[in-house]
Amino acid sequence: MSDIAERVKKIVVEHLGVEAAQVKEDAKFIDDLGADSLDTVELVMAFEEEFGIEIPDDAAEKIQTVGDAIGFIKSNAKS
Amino acid sequence: MRRVVITGMGMVTPLGDGVDTNWRRLMAAESGIRSIQAFDTSDLATKIAGEVPQGDKANGHFNVDSYLAPKDQRKLDKFLIFGIAAAEQAVEDSGWKPTDEESLNRTGVMIGSGIGGLETIYETSLVLKERGPRRVSPFFIPSALINLASGQVSIKYGFKGPNHSVVTACATGAHALGDAARLIQWEDADVMVAGGAEAAICRIGIAGFNACKALSTDFNDTPTQASRPWDKRRDGFVMGEGAGVVVLEEYEHAKKRGAKIYAEVIGYGLSGDAYHITAPSEDGDGAQRAMKAALKRAKLNTDQIDYVNAHGTSTMADVIELGAVKKTFGQDAYKLSMSSTKSATGHLLGAAGAIEAIYSIKSIIEQAVPPTLNLDEPDEGCDIDLVAKQAKQRKVRYALSNSFGFGGTNASLIFGPV
Repeated sequence: MSDIAERVKKIVVEHLGVEAAQVKEDAKFIDDLGADSLDTVELVMAFEEEFGIEIPDDAAEKIQTVGDAIGFIKSNAKS
Repeated sequence: MRRVVITGMGMVTPLGDGVDTNWRRLMAAESGIRSIQAFDTSDLATKIAGEVPQGDKANGHFNVDSYLAPKDQRKLDKFLIFGIAAAEQAVEDSGWKPTDEESLNRTGVMIGSGIGGLETIYETSLVLKERGPRRVSPFFIPSALINLASGQVSIKYGFKGPNHSVVTACATGAHALGDAARLIQWEDADVMVAGGAEAAICRIGIAGFNACKALSTDFNDTPTQASRPWDKRRDGFVMGEGAGVVVLEEYEHAKKRGAKIYAEVIGYGLSGDAYHITAPSEDGDGAQRAMKAALKRAKLNTDQIDYVNAHGTSTMADVIELGAVKKTFGQDAYKLSMSSTKSATGHLLGAAGAIEAIYSIKSIIEQAVPPTLNLDEPDEGCDIDLVAKQAKQRKVRYALSNSFGFGGTNASLIFGPV
């Protein structure tokens, strides 16, 4: 399970075009990493794809930081 | 009436990236048509097109990374990428990069497209069918919408004036320049970034135009010979892609800031055929009325136009346009030169009118006219100077550019020196 954090960070780097060093667990997608609301929708879709899970809209709204994403995926990932 | 001049030009076409590359290759009688490389054509009747050459910018090829970061490229249909690139060239060329609120508010954008994000719509419809609605990208709609070319350019530069877009099929680029010039004349803006962008070379685009019987199918093995306006062996147009964008500016505004001025937009005429969804009326009535309206607006006589950049798509309609030019210009048709640069670029649909406006302006600046490639044996009645195969130096006082679109929509623009 330890690689979940790395895989999440890789997706964030690719989608938002930010440096890996910026992608800390407390970094907020919108405030710290320059995402807009459409970017966050796309990020959630990418997490669903990568981890083979479904992230319901009400859960997606609560995923505001890199750590939130890692935490949700750790609790819900099938693999 | 306020005067409108051109102070910046940018283009991405099958001949390459940038106005200089385009003009050099155009005048050297080079063709941008080749076998389609972007996708499988084995089951398509047409296997050739004018794809924008991708590669090293130093060689005049188009390198998307020199215009957009990878994360932004993914969110944009190719027509938007071409439009943004051509707009960047035009804005840089014009030197108009204001930062004060009043100037930004007085600068608008009007970039159109014939079809918009066709490939994005096609690809996304497959995703929807195969994987369901939750896999549809949030960037699908803003990547496909035609007016997002204007939207993207306005956001990039902070231009907060009129933000508009034209959709008139293959007349889009010409209408965009003409309408944007009018917004300046009517004082809605002092500067307008205007043009057209298109990227419909994809499987559904080729299949669709093949179904209309509009595309060339006889020259799949000799692509550079396929676009042959007015030639007896022409058998349909060749699709091109890319964008043309200019910076239009109120004359005193341009003069005051010491901008270099390429030309003036002195005439613009519009008309409709009310005849057929894809074919022009056989008497060329709509084309004639567009040209006459542009001449009237320009206050020019027919003997003052030295170059006509024809719509000339390499279809049966070429002779209808030629007939309309003869009826409009009378005996003066035999003194002017007319050519179709689509013989080199293919037909860029909604971008055609914009790139051809730039070629027309260059003909005035350079006092030279580009050739009509592949004109081996002119069709009957094609007895005016069609600049067959080789460019030529000649006096060009004023140039007229024609663009006609599906639905029976016509536009003519006239440019002159300042």
